[in-house]
Amino acid sequence: MSMINYASREINCKLVYYGPGLGGKTTNLEHIYGKVAPNTRGKMISLATETERTLFFDFLPVDLGTIRGFKTRFHLYTVPGQVYYNASRKLILKGVDGIVFVADSQIERMEANVESMQNLYDNMSEYGYDLTKIPFVIQYNKRDLPNAAPIKDLQASLNPGWPIDDPAQQKVLPDPAHPGEHLVNRIGGDWIGHASYLEAVAVRGDGVFDTLKAVSKSVLKTLS
Amino acid sequence: MAGAASWSFSENDFKLIQQQLQAFLRESNARCALLVDRTGQLVATVGDPPQFDAASFASLTAADFSANDQLAKMIGEQEFASLVHQGEKESMYLADIAKRVILVVLFDQRTTLGLVKLKGKGAVEQLNKVFAEMFNRVGTGPSASQKGLLEGAEDEIDKLFD
Repeated sequence: MSMINYASREINCKLVYYGPGLGGKTTNLEHIYGKVAPNTRGKMISLATETERTLFFDFLPVDLGTIRGFKTRFHLYTVPGQVYYNASRKLILKGVDGIVFVADSQIERMEANVESMQNLYDNMSEYGYDLTKIPFVIQYNKRDLPNAAPIKDLQASLNPGWPIDDPAQQKVLPDPAHPGEHLVNRIGGDWIGHASYLEAVAVRGDGVFDTLKAVSKSVLKTLS
Repeated sequence: MAGAASWSFSENDFKLIQQQLQAFLRESNARCALLVDRTGQLVATVGDPPQFDAASFASLTAADFSANDQLAKMIGEQEFASLVHQGEKESMYLADIAKRVILVVLFDQRTTLGLVKLKGKGAVEQLNKVFAEMFNRVGTGPSASQKGLLEGAEDEIDKLFD
């Protein structure tokens, strides 16, 4: 729920990093916290257990710059990835403007990824939100690991696409980040849309800012 | 509904809200009042400027309120319309406004919880009216002015990320 405050001339937007436990959601936020200038970010709040597993959420406010005289402030949240914490995970989605799904590329985590993606769809629909209609980016994390699954397998499992029924959107849309691939394409007789995706190694910071840029740009464009 | 609902408020709404909160602070002798929306965004602050990170405070307030809402449902209550956190010196009183916003009152030993609650009840009723009227006027979806706010600003948005 983007909130525009004309009095303080601010646009506030809420981004949520979702995904299976130990996939790298908190690591994404920690990297952003460490890299952006201290005067453009607030304090990072982590509600975690003693073993540093996220219990409720991490929170980091970041200013991305000024547009039309309005300060664009993004509130970044992570959810607890562990299946057990669904009640609190769902609360964090309230009023979300954009979602980053941080998938763990390791073959062994495929099932956990799929389960978490299904859980995201379920929790969103319980709020009446449609994941195919809001800014949504998938980050395939841990690409440096030897047991990382091929991107095409991850795409097939986690980003198989959804039917596009709105005739206005039924036009071929190439994926600017991946030549030869499409975000919207006609397959057989059906128009299929996909979420954009990025590769990352969050512990090194690779792909972290690209992911943040992709989703926040897409959120701002929904206001234009 | 495709995505989450958005809302915005005008400078006039903002002034009216501030006036009501100022009156409440005078009557209750509380130190500071904050309005936080349910998604964790700080909407307004009146009274002594908070000496803490207000953005973090707002996100924790919304999480606190939402978690308590769920707890209420689990024990068969519709909601806990207000919450109190009492410390040795500093305390907080939180109350729901129009199901969309949370009023947070910070107070110390210069007043009592009883007085804050009593005066808070009136302030909540007033603010409920203001917000209900505001949401009726602009709707809960993106208002026309909000949708057009960044219209034609694609270039500026692109530049922000170069």
